Order: sequence, then structure tokens, then C-alpha cells
Amino acid sequence: MTYLPRCIVLLLGLLANLACADGRLLATGGASSIEGAAGGGITPWAVLSGYGERGEWGADVFATRVETGDYRLDVAGVGVAFDNRIELSYARQRFDLGNLARGLNLPENSLSQDIFGLKVRLFGDLIYDQLPQVSLGIQHKRQKDFLIPSLVGAQRSEDTEGYLTASRLILGGAFGYNLLLNGGIRYSRANELGLLGFGGDRRDRHSVLKEGSVAVLFNPRWALGVEYREKPDNLSFAGESDWADLFLGYFPNKNLAVVLAYARLGEIATLDHQDGVYLSVQGSF
Amino acid sequence: MRSVLLAMVLTLAACAQQPPKDDSLYRELGEQSGITRIVEGMLLNIAADPRIVRHFENIDIERLRDKLAEQICVEAGGPCTYTGDSMEESHKGQNLTPSDFNALVENLQEAMSAQNVPMPAQNRLLARLAPMRAQVIDR
Repeated sequence: MTYLPRCIVLLLGLLANLACADGRLLATGGASSIEGAAGGGITPWAVLSGYGERGEWGADVFATRVETGDYRLDVAGVGVAFDNRIELSYARQRFDLGNLARGLNLPENSLSQDIFGLKVRLFGDLIYDQLPQVSLGIQHKRQKDFLIPSLVGAQRSEDTEGYLTASRLILGGAFGYNLLLNGGIRYSRANELGLLGFGGDRRDRHSVLKEGSVAVLFNPRWALGVEYREKPDNLSFAGESDWADLFLGYFPNKNLAVVLAYARLGEIATLDHQDGVYLSVQGSF
Repeated sequence: MRSVLLAMVLTLAACAQQPPKDDSLYRELGEQSGITRIVEGMLLNIAADPRIVRHFENIDIERLRDKLAEQICVEAGGPCTYTGDSMEESHKGQNLTPSDFNALVENLQEAMSAQNVPMPAQNRLLARLAPMRAQVIDR
């Protein structure tokens, strides 16, 4: 239980000693998604963590909180990339059941999971090449508190999912301002990201899920955008909504990014209208 | 019949002529003097940039300034002619990396911002220059 945070501290010490470069342009490392991969907030992008270009290392650490009134999601994690080619990430999510736990006298008041991610840039470039940047990723997720998920019909506490995503920055693409486009598909059977386990009594197969985002950069430091993520609906005890958000990203320099968003998370575990505020702070090296 | 044909040929000939050149970007960059200030600002930024300054040592900086200004003028639709070497030729043997190219882009962006070039005009120029990366790096 405590070895993973210690691992992060060790990794941070290691990173501080590495000469992480800044060969990519500001904001092209994206923020950190809630599953640890570089991206927007609720979706990964084809870009890799940090600012390393060819032959360089890049890395980031982040902390994110989503507060919907009934629930709260806390995420912390780290991503490391090399050669603008391969990214390894780790994220720990803790989902506080708040009102639901109190209302139903649930045996636990939070659900946690670990997410280990690998992303590889297959081809293309975010800005320069003929082709957009296309990356393939896999995420291995381990749900840590499986009692409640098992009671509501989840089939397993551990699973692996994959995604394919493409990103392109179109210079001047939005009335003269730079336009960032992302689109991806995910192959997953995670219930509420995996916080409610994987597979369910209603459906126990992977689904092909669409996700994407569009952002406008008013200058290299400020981005305003929207995201969408389709979700499966595997459990019969409650519906699972697709997610969307409207975000404002601030990249004052290549060491810091702050993302503030309004997220519409719909129905989560029987409680509907879970709209709330998303705040993420990321440090890059 | 012959006059109709003649009219068609004349129309086609008129269409084949160059349309008036769009020089709006050239004007947004401040025309000749503005472009020269941007290039000089960029070269000053490079001089202070430890990432890439070594690539600019032992070269004729005044000539570089003039050729860069010509090139940007041409790319922006201005009334200039580029008289320098090709991109491939002028970067030969330097083994420039994608990081080097991005560092130069950042120095150019800073120079344009210092000259208060509006963001859409900055992006238009970058969009004209971005496709040149393949001719600049790994030479």
C-alpha cells in the first residue's frame, strides 16, 4: 500500500538528476489526463508527457480533483517519456463516495484504483509532418476496493484496455488562432473508469468507445476547449453516462500547467446530474 | 464563330494570368521595416539561447539577416525575391534536430510578440514556415 508513493518519490529524485530537455513547443506536452497519460482531462491525446523531443527525456507529475457535490475524485500520478516516442505513466485514483456511502450505509466510503499506462507514438507529428500524430496506448487497471463493485455486479477487479488516438495542431486553424484536434477510440469494459470494476452483469465484453476533444489556443499559453468521452454501460444497477467537459488550460512555462474545467459526468452509481468542477495542476521536467 | 472562339481564348488567357498577390500577411508583419525588426529580434534572441547559438557562430550575421528578411517577405506575400541558397543547401552538415528547429521557432515567436504582431498573423507566418522543417533538419 505504501510502496507506490515511495516509488514516486524515488522516481522524482531520479528525474531531478536527469537532464530532461525542452525540445518541444510550449503546451505540446498537454496536461495529464485522469488516467495518467498525457492529454486533456478525461481523454488521452497522442502527445507524450513532458517536453522531450528526439533523444530527450520528458516527465510530469500531476494532481487532479473533480468535485461533483455528491462525489469527489482525487488523482495523482506521474508520466515519463523518452525520444518523443514512448510514454510510461502511473496514476492512483481515489473516488470518495460521500453522500452515497452515508445514504446507503455502504461498507466502504471510497473506491481506489491503480492505472499503469504505456503509450507509443506510431507515426506523424502534432505540428510538422504530413500526417497527424497517432499513438497507441494500453492501460492496465487494478481496482483496490472490490467489495462494492462485486456487490453491484462487476465481474473482475483487474483489466487491460487499449486506445488509439490522433492529435493535430492546425496553425491558424480557428479564425487565425491555433486549433487542436484530437480523436480516439478505446477498447474497454471498465465501469466508471474501472473504479466500479470491469465487466458487468449486463455486459461482460469490451466495447469500442469514441472519445475526442477540440481546443483553441488564444496564444501559446492559454487554451479553451471541450472534451467528450463515450462510456460503456455494463452494470444493471445503474446507468453510466458519457462524459463531457469544457476546459481552460494555462501553460505559463514548460514546468507548469493548470487546467480548470466544468465537467458533466451525468449519472454515476444511481446518482444523476453529477456536474462539477475539475482542477488539475501539473509539473513538467 | 471565329469571334466567339477568339473571345474564349482571350478569357482563358486572362484567367491564366496571376491573380493580384495577397500581401495582407506582409502588411501585418509591418512590411519591410517590420520584418527586418522581427528578424533582428530573433537573431538577438538566438544569440542569448544556449540551446542553438553554436549553430550561428562563424557565419556572416548581416547576410543571414538580409536573406531571412527576404525569405519571410516572400513567404508573407511581399514584393521581394529570395536570393539565398535553398533550405537544404544552407543547413547542410549542421545535423539540426527537431529540438533545434523548435528553439528557433520560439525565438521567432518571442521576436514577433515583442513587435506586437497579432497572434493570427504570427500563426499565419508559422504555418508558412512549418513545412520547411523537413528541408532544415537532419541535413
